[in-house]
Formats: sequence, C-alpha cells, structure tokens
Amino acid sequence: MNSLRKYFDKIKPNFEEGGKLHAFRSLYDGFETFAFVPNTTARVGGTHIHDAIDSKRIMSLVVIALVPALLFGMYNVGYQNALAAGQLENATFWGMFFYGFLAVLPKLIVSYVVGLGIEFTVAQWKNEEIQEGFLVSGIIIPMIVPVNTPLWMLAIAVAFSVIFAKEIFGGTGMNIFNVALITRAFLFFSYPSCMTGDDTVWVAQDTILGLGFAVPDTFSAATPLGEIAAGATALSTSFCDQVVGLIPGSIGETSVIAIALGALLLLWTGVASWKTMLSVFVGGALTGWFYNALGLSPLDACQHIVLGGFCFGAVFMATDPVTSARTEGGKWIYGFLIGFVAVTVRVLNPGYPEGMMLAILLMNLFAPLIDYCFVSRNISRRAKRLTSK
Amino acid sequence: MANVIKLRKGLDVNLKGKASLETMQTKVEGQFALVPDDFYGMKPKVVVKEGDIVKVGDALFVDKNHPEVKFVSPVSGTVSQVERGERRKVMSVRVDADGKQDAVSFTEKEPLKLLLESGLFGFFRQRPYDVVANPEEKPKAIFISAFNSMPLAADFEYVLQGQEKEFQAGLSLLAKIAKVHLGISAKQKAQALTAAKDCTVTVFDGPAPAGNVGVQINNVDPINKGEVVWTLGAEEVIFVGRLLLNGKVDLTRTIALAGSEVKAPKYAKMLVGAPLAPMLKGQIDESKSLRIINGNPMVGVKTSKNGWLGAHATEVTVIPEGDDVYEMLGWIAPRFKEFSTSRSYFSWLKPKKTEYALDARIKGGERHMIMSGEYDRVFPMDIYAGYLVKAIIAGDIDRQEALGIYEVAPEDFAIAEFVDSSKLELQRIVREGLDILRKENA
Repeated sequence: MNSLRKYFDKIKPNFEEGGKLHAFRSLYDGFETFAFVPNTTARVGGTHIHDAIDSKRIMSLVVIALVPALLFGMYNVGYQNALAAGQLENATFWGMFFYGFLAVLPKLIVSYVVGLGIEFTVAQWKNEEIQEGFLVSGIIIPMIVPVNTPLWMLAIAVAFSVIFAKEIFGGTGMNIFNVALITRAFLFFSYPSCMTGDDTVWVAQDTILGLGFAVPDTFSAATPLGEIAAGATALSTSFCDQVVGLIPGSIGETSVIAIALGALLLLWTGVASWKTMLSVFVGGALTGWFYNALGLSPLDACQHIVLGGFCFGAVFMATDPVTSARTEGGKWIYGFLIGFVAVTVRVLNPGYPEGMMLAILLMNLFAPLIDYCFVSRNISRRAKRLTSK
Repeated sequence: MANVIKLRKGLDVNLKGKASLETMQTKVEGQFALVPDDFYGMKPKVVVKEGDIVKVGDALFVDKNHPEVKFVSPVSGTVSQVERGERRKVMSVRVDADGKQDAVSFTEKEPLKLLLESGLFGFFRQRPYDVVANPEEKPKAIFISAFNSMPLAADFEYVLQGQEKEFQAGLSLLAKIAKVHLGISAKQKAQALTAAKDCTVTVFDGPAPAGNVGVQINNVDPINKGEVVWTLGAEEVIFVGRLLLNGKVDLTRTIALAGSEVKAPKYAKMLVGAPLAPMLKGQIDESKSLRIINGNPMVGVKTSKNGWLGAHATEVTVIPEGDDVYEMLGWIAPRFKEFSTSRSYFSWLKPKKTEYALDARIKGGERHMIMSGEYDRVFPMDIYAGYLVKAIIAGDIDRQEALGIYEVAPEDFAIAEFVDSSKLELQRIVREGLDILRKENA
C-alpha cells in the first residue's frame, strides 16, 4: 500500500499544470481516486464531516449487482450454441461458460474502451473529474444486445449514446435518457436486421478458439416473445427454462434468478428505489393480466414479467436515479407506466416483440413531467398559504 | 400540555467525544476578539481606534446600513488591534482584557431600544436570508430553539441550570416585541422550559435537524413571502435576561468542548470572543493534524487553536483533519470504522450507541446530483430540498421563491450535505442563493 502511494506521489507532478503529461491529468485522477479515497477535506464553512458513501461506491455496487446476470448470460450463450448445434450432451459446463465468456468479452471491452475513452477525453477537456456513470452503462450495454451484434456496430452505438445522450447534456446526472438504452435504441433503429426479427441473431453460431460448436446455416431460434409476435400461441420453451434463463435472448436479460440476486443487493443497499422497481412489476403484471383476460395476448401476467427484458429493465434500468422520476410519489407512477407501456407495446404492436426498451425511454421523457406535477402541488400549497392570510 | 410535533425525517450521527456534564472556569485574560463575519449579512463600521479604553457593552463596530445595531465588547480593556484583510475588510476587532469587567449600565425601558443600545440586538437573526435582523422591520414572531440536535452540540438543559430566572426574564422581554415561540426537545424535562411563560412552547420529537429553528418555524408557522421572523439562540435569551435583571451586558456562555480529539471533553464557562488557546491547552495533541471548529461539525466554522470563541458558537469541537489518511480502494473496501447511511457499509449493523470518530475528509469527488430523494430523507420540512438546490444553482429566482427559499437557512441543509453522495456543498450553495436573493429584493 505504501509503495503504491509513494509511486502515485512520485508521478503526480508530471500530471499537474505544466507537467509533461498534463494532457492525461483526468486519467491520473481517475486511477488515483480509484486506488485511494481522496483526502481533500471540507472547506472552512459548511459540513465538516461526511458520510462515507460516494458515487464511486454506488456505481460499483450496481456493477456488482449486474455480475450474476452477466456470468449467467455467458453460460447461456454457450448453452444456446450447444443446444442449436444439437450437441448439448457433448458440452461441458465450463466449456459452455468459456465459450460464452469469449463471445461476450470483446463486447465488454469495446463498450468500456469506447465509452470510457470518451469520458476521459471529455473530463480532460472540461477540466473535471471523471464521472463514474459509465462504469454501469458500460457493463449493461453488452448485456442488452444480441450475442451476434458486430463489434463495430456496438462501438458506433456506444460512441453515439455517450456523446449525444450524455455528454452534450453535461455528463452523468444531467442526462435525460438512460445511456445504455440509447445505445440499444440506436442499434435497434439503425441496424434492425441485426437486433431483432431475423431469428439468427440470438444464438452464437461459430466456434471460438476451438470452443463451442458450428451451427448449421439453416438453423433459427427465436426468443419466446418473437415466437408470440410471429403468431404462435404456445411457446417452445418451458416456464422453468424461462425463469432459469436457458432461452434465447439478449446476453444478460434471460435469467430471472440471476437478476433477482442483483435486485436483492440493490434493494438491500438502498441504491435502487424499491418503489420504482415494485411499481414496474405491478404495472406490467396488471397490464399483462388485463390483455390476457381480453384475449389479446396468449401470455399470462406471470410470463410477461419473466420473458424478454422486463426483469432486467425493471431492476437495472427503470431504477436509474438520474433518468427516473425524482419525487417519491412520482416514482410510483413512473414505474407503473413503464410496466404498462412495455406490455402494451408487446401486445398491441406486432412489429415490436419487446417493449421494455421503448417503455423506459418513453417514461424517461415523461419523468420530469411527473415530477413537475408533484413539485407543483408543493408550490401551489405554498402559494395558497400566502393568499389565505 | 404543550403541542408535540413528531418529525420522522432526519439523521442523528453519534460522534465520539461528547462533553461530560461538568464545567470548568476560564479566566478573563488575554486578547479577546469580536469577528464581524460571525454576524452574517452586516457591513461593519468600526467605531473604536486602537488604544481606546472600552467597557463591557461599549460598541466596537456598528452596522453601516443600520448604525443603531451595535456590536459590543464582551470585556473591559484596551482596543489593541483592528485587523483588516483584503480590500480593508474588517476581520476582527481585538481588545486586551484588563480583567476588571467594568460594564456600562443600561437603564432604557423600551425593550427594542434597550436591546439595540446594549448590542444584544446584534445576536438576533432574521428569516428570510438568515442574516442579522433589521430593527426597522416588524417580525411576525420570534422563534427560539431550546435544543441543538446536531452531533456534539451543547446540551442547553445543562447550560440552563442556575440561570432559569434570567432565561424567563429574557423570554418575557421578547414577548413585548412579538409573539415568542419556544421549541423544546421531547427529552427536555426542565420546568423552566416545559412551563416557560410568555411564549408558546412546542415540543419536537425527532432526529437532527429537529433542533434547527428553521425546521421548527416550518412546522409551526411557515414563513410566507413578505413576512419576517426573528430568531435568537437559547443562550442569547439568557444574555437578554441578565441585561434586564442586572442592567449590564454579560456575554458569558457555557460552551461544550467536545470531539474525538479532545482528551477530557467537558463544558467551559467563557465569554464570547474569548481566546481558545487557554481552554485547549493540554486538551489536544498539537502534533496531530486537527480541525478545530467554532460550533459543531455540521454547521460550525473552522478556526485554529489561536482563534476565538465565535459569537454564536455554543460549542467548540475538535476532530481529526484527515488530510494524512490514505484509504485504499474505498469504493469496495468494507471500511468498518466509517459511518454511513448506506447499507453498502456496515455501520447500520452496529448498535445505535456506537460512537464514531469521523474526520474532515469529504470522502469522494463532487458530482452532479445523481441519487434522488437523498436530501428529502433528512429534510423535515415541507420543501423539495433537491429541487430548491437545483433552482439555486440555476439562478432561477422565481422558482426559488415558489419552492420556499424564504423558509430555509444554510444550516437546515447540513444533514443533507452530510449524507449527499454527490458531495455538493449545499450550505454554501444555499448561502450564495440567499445572498443573491437579498440583493435582488433590496
């Protein structure tokens, strides 16, 4: 520990004003505050003591909460590959996992390198500290795209969303839309054939470094929601597989159990709002039940929640504190409407088998309006007090 | 029975080094100083010269805009220095005490005039803006909080012992100026508080910042635009009582010397403006990097061991500065010694009586407001704290008014600033917002 501290102290002058590496100051800052808690102390006035929580810790917790879903997603990539190739009995657990690991890792790297690269550059340019927000977006992005998304597409989408959904608004905390979802929306509308519809996008089809199996070209596997959108009335996967997550889908979204582990951590530590999360599920379930009762959807309420990106979106993206409603009452409405819109898009719009992304983005847009109503009530109460005198 | 208001929002931080209930005496000697900055919102005009002989109660400086508001010497002696800073700003007026405490006698009968002449009016603050009160305005009420809920703050019930008569006399005088509201804590049982006369007693039951007078105003009779409320510290009511009973100014406080770095934390009787060094001698380890605060760690002002007791300070606290601490990988390490409202740390598992020795580190980088609802959890007023802070940052005056800026003071945001994961300097932001608003409305 001491030697690391000494090393930081030794190289620090190079990054300060006038130092030869000043252009990388934000990078140095980033690593120093990553290694050590900054020991700047409070100013002369103001609060002298502070809670130990900071945004680094919060963002790290979200990343940790995402890990179970990510690891399961890797395994599922291998599992789906073996399943499609008809080689399930020849595949080992670790073989499938490492296959998935190798399939997912490049996406993770591309996402972080492109996103953090832009963040570091902007931080340097604006002479600010690096903001941690992208730590979370960077891991979410590979988890919400199909496994066969080309890396170059991912790179463009990440760059687009970090710049146009976040940085031009002023960085983490100022963005209107969830950055990871903008990435996905960008891919979804720019390269629709690689994101949905075509049934070959969900399952990795080539061997990687000798791992995995080559899948025949004629193969196709749709997500359960894709099957329903195509007119099927029964699903080809069992409910048990759907809960465990052994179904085709975006990398991290399939396993309800893995996501539940993350949800537990987020709720336990209070990082995510339980109000938002709960109301998304309530909204989705009620709407699902309603459409099912009307005969518009063959899926019951439970399946609507289990399938597709519903759980993942509810737990990790609807609860993004920056883009969700900020008033406590508003969180209930915000969450409920996300659930409602997500299921409605699924059921009523045959073009889009999945509605979670659109639902959250739409409600991101309306979150300030919801808050506006709640804040206005407080304002008018105050105004009334004045006139009643 | 007094009205009881239960407050749920807030946070009690249990800090190490609470003052034990014994009082040490300090001598009136050495160089005393009155610091104009302690009387916020006032422009000082010094009315003494170096070498002048002053008595207790003689004005040292007055408010340029309201010369009738005087700020008087707590000691008798010789003016030894008028310290000036940049642009000749008055930093302090210093008086070498002669130890005799000769005092001016005041015989004025009119309450407000008496307070103005004796300099005690300078201790009044007003809402909106949380500045020295303007004697030309008629307040709708005077609010006094008889308890301070901030960590390490002095226990007023203890301070009050033996001064009950003065306290009641002070309240009775204030009642002649405007309606007086006294806020007391559910834990306070002293007769002088629960059965105080000439005032409306309200009991507040809840965590910090329930003791903040701003919180009490908001819950009892919120301020509307155009209204003015005066506030006065509970111990300052005793000052008023002494003046009334003895005809002399006596600015003796019973302050708490507390904090994790104080060897034997206890109370001390000392005058406003008294040098801290004699009291701190032997009580702190001077080789360590320490932060000495005039006031408590939530709302106090940093001073040094050569500083003086602040005009409004009811305690002096000493905590580690923390600038020599390097904690590795804080974003993931368990950090058992830290206190946090977040369950990502383990302080929530420890018993409630665990005491923490927190240092002055901010423990994170400043960010935009990310988490929602953090402030509201510890902000027991009918105000959207986060939205108000954003309106202040944006400089949107109409919205600030609509959201209730006239009801708040920087200190009301202290607990929110403590818990803020984005590490924004809320008290400074609110202070600047109030200053701009005051200028606009002038």
